[in-house]
Amino acid sequence: MNLAYVTRRLATLLLTVFFVILITFFAFRIIPGNPALAILGTEATPEQIQALEAKLGTDLPLGVQFVHWLEGAVTFDFGESLRYSEPVLDLIAGRLPVTFSLALLALAITVLTAVPLGIAAARRRGKALDLLVSGLTQIGLAIPSFWSGIVLVLVFGVLLRWFSVSHYVPFAENPWLSLRSLVLPAVALAIPQIAIVVRYLRTTMLEQLHLDYVRTARSKGLKPSAVYYKHALKNALIPVVTVVGINFGEILAGSLVIEQVFTLPGLGRLLITAIGNRDYPLVQGLVLLIASIVVAVNFIVDLSYAWLNPKIRLR
Amino acid sequence: MNSRKNVTLWLGIGIVSALLLLMAVSLFYVPYGANEMNIAHRLQAPGRAHWFGTDNFGRDILSRIMEGTQTAFAVGFFSVCIGAAGGFAVGSAAGYLGKWTDELLMRAVDALMAFPGILLALIFVTIFKASLPQTVIAIGVIFIPGFARVIRGGFLQYKEADFVKAARGLGAGHGTVIFRHIVPHVLSSVIVTASLCFSTAILAEAALSYLGLGVQPPDPSWGRMLNESQSYMNKAPWFALAPGLFITATVLGFNLLGDGIRDLRDRRA
Amino acid sequence: MKNPSKFAFRRLPVLLTAVLIVAVFLSACGNNNAGNGSAASPSASPSPSASASGESASPSAEASPVSDAKAGGKVVVAIPQDVDYLDPHLAVAAGTSEVLFNLFEGLLKPNDKGELYPAIAESYEISPDGLTYTFKLRDGVKFHNGSPVTSADVKYSYDRLAGKVTGTPLLASFASVDSITAPDDKTVVIKLKENNTSFLTALTSAVIPKDYKDSNKQPIGTGPFKFKEYVPGQRIVLEKNPDYYVKGVPYLDEVEFRIITDAEAAYLAFKSGEVDLYPRIGAEKLEELGDEFGKLSGPQNLVQELVLNNAKKPFDDIRVRQAVNYAIDKDEIIQGVALGQGVKVGSHLSPVLKQYYQEGLEDLYKTDVEKAKSLLAEAGYKDGLEITISVPSVYPFHVNTAQVIAQQLEKVGIKAKIESVEWAVWLDRIYKGRDYQSTVIAFDGKLNPYDILNKYLSDAPNDFFNYKNPEYDQTLKSALTEVDENKRTELYKKAQTILAKDAAAVFIQDIYDSVAFKKDLAGYKRYPIYVQDLSTVYWDKK
Repeated sequence: MNLAYVTRRLATLLLTVFFVILITFFAFRIIPGNPALAILGTEATPEQIQALEAKLGTDLPLGVQFVHWLEGAVTFDFGESLRYSEPVLDLIAGRLPVTFSLALLALAITVLTAVPLGIAAARRRGKALDLLVSGLTQIGLAIPSFWSGIVLVLVFGVLLRWFSVSHYVPFAENPWLSLRSLVLPAVALAIPQIAIVVRYLRTTMLEQLHLDYVRTARSKGLKPSAVYYKHALKNALIPVVTVVGINFGEILAGSLVIEQVFTLPGLGRLLITAIGNRDYPLVQGLVLLIASIVVAVNFIVDLSYAWLNPKIRLR
Repeated sequence: MNSRKNVTLWLGIGIVSALLLLMAVSLFYVPYGANEMNIAHRLQAPGRAHWFGTDNFGRDILSRIMEGTQTAFAVGFFSVCIGAAGGFAVGSAAGYLGKWTDELLMRAVDALMAFPGILLALIFVTIFKASLPQTVIAIGVIFIPGFARVIRGGFLQYKEADFVKAARGLGAGHGTVIFRHIVPHVLSSVIVTASLCFSTAILAEAALSYLGLGVQPPDPSWGRMLNESQSYMNKAPWFALAPGLFITATVLGFNLLGDGIRDLRDRRA
Repeated sequence: MKNPSKFAFRRLPVLLTAVLIVAVFLSACGNNNAGNGSAASPSASPSPSASASGESASPSAEASPVSDAKAGGKVVVAIPQDVDYLDPHLAVAAGTSEVLFNLFEGLLKPNDKGELYPAIAESYEISPDGLTYTFKLRDGVKFHNGSPVTSADVKYSYDRLAGKVTGTPLLASFASVDSITAPDDKTVVIKLKENNTSFLTALTSAVIPKDYKDSNKQPIGTGPFKFKEYVPGQRIVLEKNPDYYVKGVPYLDEVEFRIITDAEAAYLAFKSGEVDLYPRIGAEKLEELGDEFGKLSGPQNLVQELVLNNAKKPFDDIRVRQAVNYAIDKDEIIQGVALGQGVKVGSHLSPVLKQYYQEGLEDLYKTDVEKAKSLLAEAGYKDGLEITISVPSVYPFHVNTAQVIAQQLEKVGIKAKIESVEWAVWLDRIYKGRDYQSTVIAFDGKLNPYDILNKYLSDAPNDFFNYKNPEYDQTLKSALTEVDENKRTELYKKAQTILAKDAAAVFIQDIYDSVAFKKDLAGYKRYPIYVQDLSTVYWDKK
């Protein structure tokens, strides 16, 4: 891996993020909707709306607004939310832990469920268990996540009342309650991810089992379980780690929506309310953050490919 | 193992053809008018008169599900076409020309992929007003980067292949090289991608309509039905059950089909 | 990676899911107007409410005896939107006033019957010409910061609203104020430039401490509850005001307004017991709830209409508007969408305002398919026509109504396309920009008919109906200055009749307000305006 490549990729990454922001900025202001109106509602007089627009600065020419925003952004000042008159950074910082703990929990569930299932399916290839697992993963991939989310809420939140459905408790406040409020959305998020990882792990395990070193190990009389866990699994897990890495980005993106179904006060709900309110600075701040994460994850995955398989040429 | 893979393929073909058949039937016959309201018969449980029950306006759910297949397949087919056509243009140019064209196009693709999908769809549908064709285009555009990457990958792989070099050495033009020699090899991965995108398109349409941004009422769409059914989950679970099951079945069918085709290709290779 | 597309595309459907940005109900009511009392009333009784005692102002129509057994506890109320401002003078959105109602009070205050009674004021007099209002302040009223309310605070507050500081009035009703003076600590005199029979209700506006600048961060009022905490987008917490001038009120120690924008989520939170009180639950969900919950429902002064753009083809033709009116079966909408939880109306006023309501207009256009067809033919649409109904997607109720309407219109040869739009778009393009053909929306009521009917004035900034009729303008404007109560009532009734005859819109129904709460929660009172009064609510510890 050479340094020049990495630097160039990094530069293009910055450019990518810049383009995303550019598009967000202008596209979002072309479409109908006015933050002052969204804040004041139907009862506002034209004077009240004008006064608020002047206060918010949304009456300035678009180019000027964009330059203002960029000037601030360079120094990590992303402005104040139009709706809440609070710094965008503070609002995001307040919501970040929710989304992150949700994503981490979903990731944990994914790994803890998918790895044993994947191994079991590979070991009992062609047997009933394998067929069952592979059928279940196909279904897991096909169920819309908003659907499974709603069903989970109904069954476990309303009928059985095992889990909290609307009240988010921060981890620092009460870890146990916090976990309970996050389990259902995390499961809804994890279902398709589990399906992906199981299928991936099963395939790579099977590939490993056909390789020479495993055959050798087996012919040397090693116990089958030793072959599985010591040799095949170790090697099969490397690509799986990559997949899990990508999944983290996926889960992060997915949690934005699942938060809506479960009314968790995370980044997703913040983004969606910000869109509805036409809270431009807040939308821009959030899009910048989300785009940066997605781009960064893609980048790391690309690098890890090269690292795992030196045959891939980096140009 | 082979037999198992065949099962996947055949199961996929089976589900998809059953749905296609249902769609064909719905063109000529539905038990009731899909938009026929009958307030007196609202939220009836499945029974002899209404196999899948009725919705909150007393409309027959089976009829709406049947006509919904038309919406689902139209969205899937046309959005995949848009995605594949756009992806081919971008991917082949990037892969074949390489150098700065590749760099530029791929960064654009990255940017599109980094853009939160909800924002993209929302902006698109708000600018051009929500309706079926707009939904199709919005979904299709989001498919472009994925197709572009797959096609570019294929071009990179085969551009330098011996048989392509040989063809070029024999004086074949760019068009001939691309369409005669490279495209046939890329085609199978495009078909796999298309099949998987088809199911994604159906999920996406469901999600958009569920949000109230896709297909507009009263036209029947499974996502729309899910949206409407949500208020009746306790009282009329069948209302939510039918569209949910059909979405899942359709997605499952196309996923299996895609996997099946891929296995077939891998085995040949 | 074997199939990169799969990972890439999976993101979309997940991302697109489940969002309903429930925004503010149409139109706010920061100032609540009651058409109470004639302009020349010598001295209003201290409590025109139904309370028989009359010795003290009661926050509700029936004052219940105080008992310690009721005191204590916390209540979580689900509200569908965030507040716009905590500063009561800047707040415009309806969703804000329902919260602030518990924090702030004016000289007067409305009760659950929609009548005004003195709050910070103890009594008042209006001069015979209707231009001078003299208020005596009540003893022992304290702000939440402990300092007593003086006439200087009242003057400061109402001067601020009248725009004496900035030049532009914060509240339109204060535009007619000429001067506000405080001759002594306990007296406030307000002089008007011109007679305005709806002015009294503007005096329900909040009184805040003089020169207090932090209202938007740490609001201080005189209401039964005081401000404790606000977390944007999540919750507003209020706590008991132990010094409230009505002894024993409120009962609760703490009230949390929890912002849950998604109706489905709010419903689930309520069913799972995390929310104690769920206002505006909707007929569907109310029906679904079992007897283990308390329920209340009734007309709420919220008129739902199919709004027709009177300036746009084809609705610039009165015959088309009438045809649509004949085509629509209001009863079917009430049965099918509101599940019977609505009452038919015939003009832009709810029967809740009994005194002013013009009866008999509900069936002015009795559903008649043939008549509708012939009117359409007359207007030149013999072969039918196509229209678009734009509906705000945040309100499933209106979307459903549009679906039923589309079915009904089809029978007379009108093909209606439904277009659902985001709330922000609805506000901007349809409400402010008036760029639409027709839309379904509901208008929430005020206590004063003028404040409700003025939307149809030709020069009203929010006349997005594009309705213009000089006769209507004149009728409504003379109602505003008419001192004689009977004549005024007649004028308001006439205005309603004009609207109905002109088929200005299709006036459908007053949608019932439905509230659900935990069975052991008692004392809740519904208001004919957009407020939640928690001062009378208590836990029944039987």
